[in-house]
Amino acid sequence: MTDTHIGNGFVPSGKLQLGIFFQGVNSGTVWKSPESGSQTDFESFRRIAQTAERGLFAAFFLGEGLRLREHLGRPHALDVVGRPDAQTMLAALASVTTRIGLVATQNTTYNDPADLAHRLSSLDLLSGGRAAWNVVTTDNAWTGANFRRGGYLDHADRYVHAEAFVTTAKRIWDSWEDGAIAETPAAPAWAAPGSARPVHHQGKHYTVDYVPRLPRSAQYRPVLFQAGDSPEGRDFAARQADVIFSAHPRLGDALDFRRDIVERTVRAGRGANDVKIMPASEFILAATPQEALEKKDWVRSLQIGPEQAIAYLEQFWGRELQGFDPDGPLPDIDPVVEETSETRGSGFHGAKAKQLADQWRAEAKDKGLSIRQFVSARTSRGDSSFTGSYTEVADRLAEYARTGAVDGFNISPWLIPTGLDDIVNHLVPALQERGVYPTEYAGATLRENLGLATPVRQDADTVRLQLTVGEQLL
Amino acid sequence: MSTAAHPSTGFLALELDGDGGHPAAWRKARHAPAELLDGTRVRATVLAAESAGFHVATFADGSLTPASSEPGGRDIPGRLNALQRAAFAGPVTGSIVLVPEVDTVYTEPFHISTQLASLDYVSGGRAGWLVAASDQAADAAAVGRSFVPADGLGREAADSIEVGHRLWDSWEDDAVIRDVATGRYIDADKLHYVDFESVAGYSVKGPSIIPRPLQGQLPVLAPAGLLSADQLSAGAADAVLVSAPTPELLAGEIAEARAAAPAAAIIAELDVVLDARGQSAAGRLAELDAHTPWRSSRARFVGTAAELTGLLASVLETADGVRLHPAVLDVDLEELAQLVLPALRRQGVLAPRQPGSTFRDLLGLPRPASRYAAVSAPSVTDN
Repeated sequence: MTDTHIGNGFVPSGKLQLGIFFQGVNSGTVWKSPESGSQTDFESFRRIAQTAERGLFAAFFLGEGLRLREHLGRPHALDVVGRPDAQTMLAALASVTTRIGLVATQNTTYNDPADLAHRLSSLDLLSGGRAAWNVVTTDNAWTGANFRRGGYLDHADRYVHAEAFVTTAKRIWDSWEDGAIAETPAAPAWAAPGSARPVHHQGKHYTVDYVPRLPRSAQYRPVLFQAGDSPEGRDFAARQADVIFSAHPRLGDALDFRRDIVERTVRAGRGANDVKIMPASEFILAATPQEALEKKDWVRSLQIGPEQAIAYLEQFWGRELQGFDPDGPLPDIDPVVEETSETRGSGFHGAKAKQLADQWRAEAKDKGLSIRQFVSARTSRGDSSFTGSYTEVADRLAEYARTGAVDGFNISPWLIPTGLDDIVNHLVPALQERGVYPTEYAGATLRENLGLATPVRQDADTVRLQLTVGEQLL
Repeated sequence: MSTAAHPSTGFLALELDGDGGHPAAWRKARHAPAELLDGTRVRATVLAAESAGFHVATFADGSLTPASSEPGGRDIPGRLNALQRAAFAGPVTGSIVLVPEVDTVYTEPFHISTQLASLDYVSGGRAGWLVAASDQAADAAAVGRSFVPADGLGREAADSIEVGHRLWDSWEDDAVIRDVATGRYIDADKLHYVDFESVAGYSVKGPSIIPRPLQGQLPVLAPAGLLSADQLSAGAADAVLVSAPTPELLAGEIAEARAAAPAAAIIAELDVVLDARGQSAAGRLAELDAHTPWRSSRARFVGTAAELTGLLASVLETADGVRLHPAVLDVDLEELAQLVLPALRRQGVLAPRQPGSTFRDLLGLPRPASRYAAVSAPSVTDN
């Protein structure tokens, strides 16, 4: 039996939340299905966001693109690609939704803190306190080729840089006093003099000297999500984040991850329940277990066709493999090892290419797998996928709520824009029957709906203590 | 463009910043001061502008009025991001064109181009770009960049516009093919690196991360004087905003701008204070000015609705459009909606408004082909 004890004073809420992650660039969306709609038209976004809101989802997530994914030096042609700017789209969705949280993935490296903090504040005020920022970091010159700053950041510095950025953003959001704005037009001034404190930051990578333009929102400031999984990323989240967008949906792993995060959060001087955890996940559901399994085979066959299987290997081999039969064995030629860049995919690690190829060939031979079968198994998302009947999956999820392994799930629908219909129509009621899912929104803001406490204002002195090496306060 | 040579009808734009153009406008607004900075207010004002019959709504950004940015300033020191206000308005409006002001000097051109293309998607092709070039040292300090002096602003603006133009073209219209037979979602031959190099020393690689905007290219509006004659003749702007010190001097400025940019639409700028609520326009202005004087570089009309109707009809004989800056939105917009726009419509002076039509349609601009599609066999592999 799984050890469900978490410790350090952590108390399971007994409830789950759901979020939807509208994937921009990905291989998981089944665009080959006739039911698949546009990935860029506003109606796709509106439909899925409104369906999610009908299902009382806490949050709607959008990713951020800074450079198009490449494959062997050209834009990758096989998967879904092309997406709107996250905050622009969320601002539009804010006007056609009323309760769902609006989460924008935004990079700390290729944005300016004053500009990004201001835009997130705008989204937060426009939406009545429903905005959130999913903090991500990048450090490569390949992405930087689209920006004025270029590739200016060392990999080792990315969290130091990100933390200084987030700290600066929080100071911008904390800069207006509560009640600063006049109550009547007869007041001497629109805002009390001195109500907006200037924010100064002088660091290794950038300087900020800024008078913030916006008051706090109904939820005080945007909710912070963070998705890094390295020890540095986890510590960063434990110090700064409200919610972790994790990659650990299996119950045992999720419990281990929770224990680790609770420990780090307490060590950072925060409460054991202060950081929520919502792993990325995919749901393939049907009325019966058998139908769900058949549906899963169908989804997988569309996600990994013969072209995708070959292209997947090409990313690691660094060369064309079009001559190889997708239904035959793995290529007997060796990978090109000298090229190492993001254009070959996130899984590629330079000099290890030959070693990895040897390992895969041996594994495929042992198991008697073709290229297609091998790639399908490697990319099957077995870890993040919940397949089964509505009641079966609801029972499994109830266990997560009981143990407190997670606070909810971020669902990546494999079909746009109808991919949440099943979940909202059948899974949500099944979870509600089990008492583990809300039956109404707890409040008007994302912070209330996630059960997060109002943050404590960060004054200059507290910020000084939290700054890490490499950045200092003026 | 067709309307430029022989104008018969024109369009009206309305600036929706704050509570109106006058710095003390908030004292006459019909809501509590704090309610200015939320979505409800954005929705209400843009819907009021649309139902009044305005063709275009603009959203100011950048530096706030001097009165509010002074220490201890009395007036509104806060403003929501312009592009997001326009995006918020997109799904709730049906015909009004949405034009945010976006700075070109201290912003990332790649982000701007994506954000504006996204605005075009969320508004169904009703987006434009009012180009600004900040001359404020505070804007440089906010992002930790060197201050760009006045003589460099036109270059920065032109570079940012050029990046936008190239990135919007970087996906050909039919780049998304969703070809099940070959497993290809896109045709990689129809995506293009833009390889822009600026004089200021930055470069942008491309392609865009979003498919070509619905309009192909968003119309670009620039204040007269920002871009050089060369930049204008190269097509950097589709419309030029013209200011004059008085309404009487507008005609001369319009003619001058027309000569400098014959292909561009000319939009005249006008501050407006109308008789309202039993008060004369002059009386209303004096009352507002007693709180904070309204300093503006634009021509100002102060008078009755009938007089304004006459003035606008006359300006629209030479200009393609007029952008109005009402002193107090909650007051002047009501007068404009009830008295001025209906009279202009009766006179047949205003261009028709059609739901589903684009900003390019309003300007009489065709939807252009991608510059990269026009070249024979361009391919990302050539780069």
